[in-house]
Amino acid sequence: MAISKKLRELQEKREKLHLGGGEQAIEKQKAMGKRTARERIMALLDENSFNEYDLFVEHDARDFDMDKKSLPTDGVIIGSGTIYGAPVAIYAQDFTVAGGSLGLMHSRKITKIMDHALKMRIPLIGINDSGGARIQEGVNSLAGYGEIFFRNTISSGVIPQLSVILGPCAGGAVYSPALTDFVFVVDNISKMFITGPEVIKTVLGEEISMEDLGGARVHSEVTGNAHFFAMSEEECFDQIKKLITFIPWNNSQKALAFEPGEPLPEYNINKIVPEDPTLPYDVKNVIRAIVDKSDFFEIMEMYAKNIVIGFGRMGGRTVGFVANQPLEMAGVLDVDSSDKAARFIRYCDAFNIPLITLVDLPGYLPGVDQEHAGVIRHGAKVLYAYSEATVPKLTVILRKAYGGGYIAMSSRHLGADFVFAWPSAEIAVMGPEGAANIIFRKEILSAKDPDGMRKQKVEEYKAKFANPYVAASRGYVDAVIEPSETRKFLLHSIEVSGNKDVSMPHKKHGLPPF
Amino acid sequence: MDNHDNQENLGFLNIQSSLYKTRISPKFQKRKPYQPADPRRILSFIPGTVLEILVKAGDDVKKGETLMLLDAMKMQNNLKCGIEGRVKSIPVSKGDRVSKGTLLIELE
Repeated sequence: MAISKKLRELQEKREKLHLGGGEQAIEKQKAMGKRTARERIMALLDENSFNEYDLFVEHDARDFDMDKKSLPTDGVIIGSGTIYGAPVAIYAQDFTVAGGSLGLMHSRKITKIMDHALKMRIPLIGINDSGGARIQEGVNSLAGYGEIFFRNTISSGVIPQLSVILGPCAGGAVYSPALTDFVFVVDNISKMFITGPEVIKTVLGEEISMEDLGGARVHSEVTGNAHFFAMSEEECFDQIKKLITFIPWNNSQKALAFEPGEPLPEYNINKIVPEDPTLPYDVKNVIRAIVDKSDFFEIMEMYAKNIVIGFGRMGGRTVGFVANQPLEMAGVLDVDSSDKAARFIRYCDAFNIPLITLVDLPGYLPGVDQEHAGVIRHGAKVLYAYSEATVPKLTVILRKAYGGGYIAMSSRHLGADFVFAWPSAEIAVMGPEGAANIIFRKEILSAKDPDGMRKQKVEEYKAKFANPYVAASRGYVDAVIEPSETRKFLLHSIEVSGNKDVSMPHKKHGLPPF
Repeated sequence: MDNHDNQENLGFLNIQSSLYKTRISPKFQKRKPYQPADPRRILSFIPGTVLEILVKAGDDVKKGETLMLLDAMKMQNNLKCGIEGRVKSIPVSKGDRVSKGTLLIELE
C-alpha cells in the first residue's frame, strides 16, 4: 500500500518533533539520570493510551533573537490517557527544549490541558522539569505561571491534581505543585526552591548545595512539601499508579471498589499494643491488622512521623486513615503533625473518602518552640478539618486519649459518626500522673511520705478514670469492643454510613486557621 | 514484640509528668532552649554586610542613637540603640559579612 505524500509529511513532522530538543539534548538529559518527557508519559500511562495534543504549537516571541529560534512543542508535552483504565490528563515539561523554560505558548498548552481536565472531571498529572521562566518572554512568562496557579486553585477539590517533580522546579514555578493535592519527588532528581543557592550566596553569603536546600529528602523530611519520596523515576511512577487506584476521578464520585480481602494473619491485633500507656508500638501494624489484605498506602511517611496518614481499603472501598504514632514522639500532636493531618482530612472529605481515626496520644507537645511556632493556630486546623468533614467519620480509641488531644482526634464532640474504644482505652482530661499532682496536691504535699502518697493517688485516679467506661457512660463512646472485633465493627459502620447525608449551613467558604 | 516492630533508638519524652518511651525526632532534639532577648547584646536581625560602625568601645550611647549601618537585601539599615549604656565591645569590623543572629555590638 502506498503511503500518500501528505501522510508521509505528517509522519516526518511528528518524528522530528518527538525528538524534542534533539539527540544531543536527550543525551544530556540521560546523563543526569533522567528520562525524557515523552518516555515519562509512556512509562506512566497504560500502553498505547496516550493521545497527544498541541504537538505543533510554536512560540511567536520576537525579542532577543527569539524569532530565529524554533522550540519544538515549546518545551512541554500535553495530552490524555489512562492509568489502569482510569482517564487522566497529563502534561510533562521537556527539559531538552530550552531547559523546559516556561514561555507564553508553553503555559497556554498547560492551561489548555488543565481546562480539559476540569471540564471532563478527570485527574490532572503535571510532570515538572523546568529551569523556570523563559526570561526572553518577560512578563508573558509570569502571566503563564499566574494562569496555571489560578486553575490549580479553581480545580482544587474538584479533580485530583498530582505534581511530579522530575528535575528543577524553581522560583514561581514551585507554587503550582504547592497548590496541588500530592507532590511526588525522586532522590537526586527533584529540586524545589523559591530562591536558589546562587542567589542565597550573593545576597546572604550563605553557601548551600541545591540538594541540601531543596532536594527530595529535604522536602520529604523537613519542609513537608512532598508527599511521596522515591529512589528512582520508576518507583515514583509505581507510587502514582497506586495512588490513582485509591482516589476517585472527581469529587462527585467515589473511588472504584476492589475485591475485598482479609488482613494477613501475621498482623495479630491482640498482640500489638502494650498495656502500659507509656510504652511504644508501631500503629501502622494496627492499621495493617484492620485493613483489607494488610495493604496500607502511607502518605508523607518521612514527615511529622508522630502522626500516620494514608489510604487502605475496607471491604474493597477506599478509606483514609489518621493515626497517632506512639513510636514517634509518643504520638503527640504538634505544629507539623497537625498540619499534616488536617490537610489529609480535608482531602478525604473533598473526595468522598471515609475517615478512620485511631487514637493513642498524650496530648499536644509542650514547649516554648511549639507555642511560638503557633501550635494554637496549627492545632486548630485539626479541629476545623474534622468538624467540617461530612464524610463518614469512624474513631477507634486504642489507648490514651487525654485532654485536648482526645477532643481533636475525631471525637464524638466534633461530629464523629461512630466512636469505638478498646478496653485498654484511657479517656481522661489528662494522664494519671499529671492529674494526681493537681487534684491531690494538698494531700501529697502534707503527707509524711509525699512520693508514697503521690503513687497511691495516681493509682486511685487510674482505677477511677483511666478507662473507657466513664466516656461510655455518657454515650461519648458508642461501644467498648475487643481489639479482634475492630474490623467487624468498622466494616459494618462503613456499610451503614454509605448514604450519609448531612447539610452544612450555606456559606461562601469557611475560614480555617491558615 | 511481634509484627515487624522496629523499636530502635528509643528515648523518653515527658508529657505532663508521665515519661513516654518513644523515638525523639531530630527536630525536637535540635530545638534551641528559649533565651529571653538581652537589650545589651545587639544581634544582626538579618544577614548582611557591616557598612559603617559609628561608635567605638568605651563610648557612652543614648537610647535611639544609631550605632551601625548594616547593608542587607539592598537596603541600608540603621541599627539603633534600644537602651542607654556604654559600648563594651564590637566584635565585627567594617566590611564584615554577617549571618542572622551574629553579635554586632555588646553594651555594658
